[in-house]
Amino acid sequence: MVGITSYGAYVPRYRIRVEDIAKEWGADSESYKRGLFLNEKSVAGMDEDTITMSLEATRNALRRAAIDPNKVGAVYVGSESHPYAVKPSSTIIAEAINAVPHCHCADLEFACKAGTESLFITYGLVKAGLITYGLAIGADTSQGAPNDALEYSAASGAAAFFVGTENIVANIEATYSCTTDTPDFWRRDNQVYPRHGGRFTGTPAYFKHVHLAGKMLLEKTGVTPAEIKYAVFHQPNGKFPQRVSKMLGFSKDQIKAGLLAPSIGNTYSASSLISLTAVLDIAEKDDLIMMVSYGSGAGSDAFLFRVTDAIYQTRDKAKTTMSYVNERLVYLDYGLYAKYRDKIIIS
Amino acid sequence: MSVPKYWRNIPQRYRLEAVKCIKCGKLFFPPRPVCNECRSQEFETVHLSDEGKIVTFTVLNSAPSKFSYQTPYPIAVIELSDSAKICAQITDCDIDKLYIGMPVKLQMRKLSTEGDAGIINYGYKAVPA
Repeated sequence: MVGITSYGAYVPRYRIRVEDIAKEWGADSESYKRGLFLNEKSVAGMDEDTITMSLEATRNALRRAAIDPNKVGAVYVGSESHPYAVKPSSTIIAEAINAVPHCHCADLEFACKAGTESLFITYGLVKAGLITYGLAIGADTSQGAPNDALEYSAASGAAAFFVGTENIVANIEATYSCTTDTPDFWRRDNQVYPRHGGRFTGTPAYFKHVHLAGKMLLEKTGVTPAEIKYAVFHQPNGKFPQRVSKMLGFSKDQIKAGLLAPSIGNTYSASSLISLTAVLDIAEKDDLIMMVSYGSGAGSDAFLFRVTDAIYQTRDKAKTTMSYVNERLVYLDYGLYAKYRDKIIIS
Repeated sequence: MSVPKYWRNIPQRYRLEAVKCIKCGKLFFPPRPVCNECRSQEFETVHLSDEGKIVTFTVLNSAPSKFSYQTPYPIAVIELSDSAKICAQITDCDIDKLYIGMPVKLQMRKLSTEGDAGIINYGYKAVPA
């Protein structure tokens, strides 16, 4: 068996409300709240970035399971906001957990599915017997241009997973991945903010790939939606995952526990992974969990997990995901938000 | 900070790596080559706890230019649970609610950046527990 041996999440404590962004641009906040099911989003602190959040999520995973760093054979960080253009984030994480030097490290990028790519690859390496443990991370401090629709959702957070063969808390039962060339969202080299195709990001992009990956995973495993306890999808907003879950035959109850976008926004590479950690925090033995990510460009990775009884000895040793979502929150006004996210150019 | 100096400090900044004198047990952070208690040069590497409490603190309102965008911010002496004392910035805190004895945890944060093109200096800061 190969699966998740430990997991951790991190969401910064800072938030900005949809109303406070809309107010600056004369926009109708209710249309975002009702239309996209977004209320507020997480904002990284001035001294936080993809690396610091990745490490805190990893340390939460290490609090849950004392994994020997010498046995960690791979560290992958998936993000579209690596602090360096050239200089890996993964080397810093590997150094900080003392997994160096006998470790393969790489930074991955595939819009919002870079995090599940790292999980996909570590799963393959562990299954092939090439490494004992792999560390898979998805993290982002995503940016939306001022007055762009993305500004209402682009958020910050991280999730980390150790994948191995012993003391598994969630066995990986099956995976499926699909990819096409679909230019729905992109950021050109040296550009600060991404661009997107507006409504083109919906039907031919998100819905096509997430639906296909979910459908194929169900067909491959012969599992029906009714047999799955929790379904987790990438969340560019609160609306898309609800619609795609309905298309696949899931009820609102099956996605409720992992639907975090209304509270924290779209954490990009961490989105579906943070939701998975929230579900693992409450899941019971033998529960089936389906997770489908989405990355613009475009593709989806789908996973089917089965929770084991090791979850009961593991999950209470670190802070829960919902405590990051709901506790110690500090609300920023637009001015402070612009300062925190380096939107103000100081010459 | 120069790149070599930053690189030399990575074990302490990322992993709180200290040394303990094998002969008399005295702890040194950052490590030093000779024990000032017993003159021994034999040490073992230990990792400090990331939990502690505030011994004392002050709030900086007028900071060096590299940190001026963060003002006001607190700097504290923190006693870790293994009795080592370190100096660190406190972040993610409500300054008015800080108090001596407050439990804190150390996290890795960005300490500073070397301009727009230089390296990013990472290290530990304290966060209210």
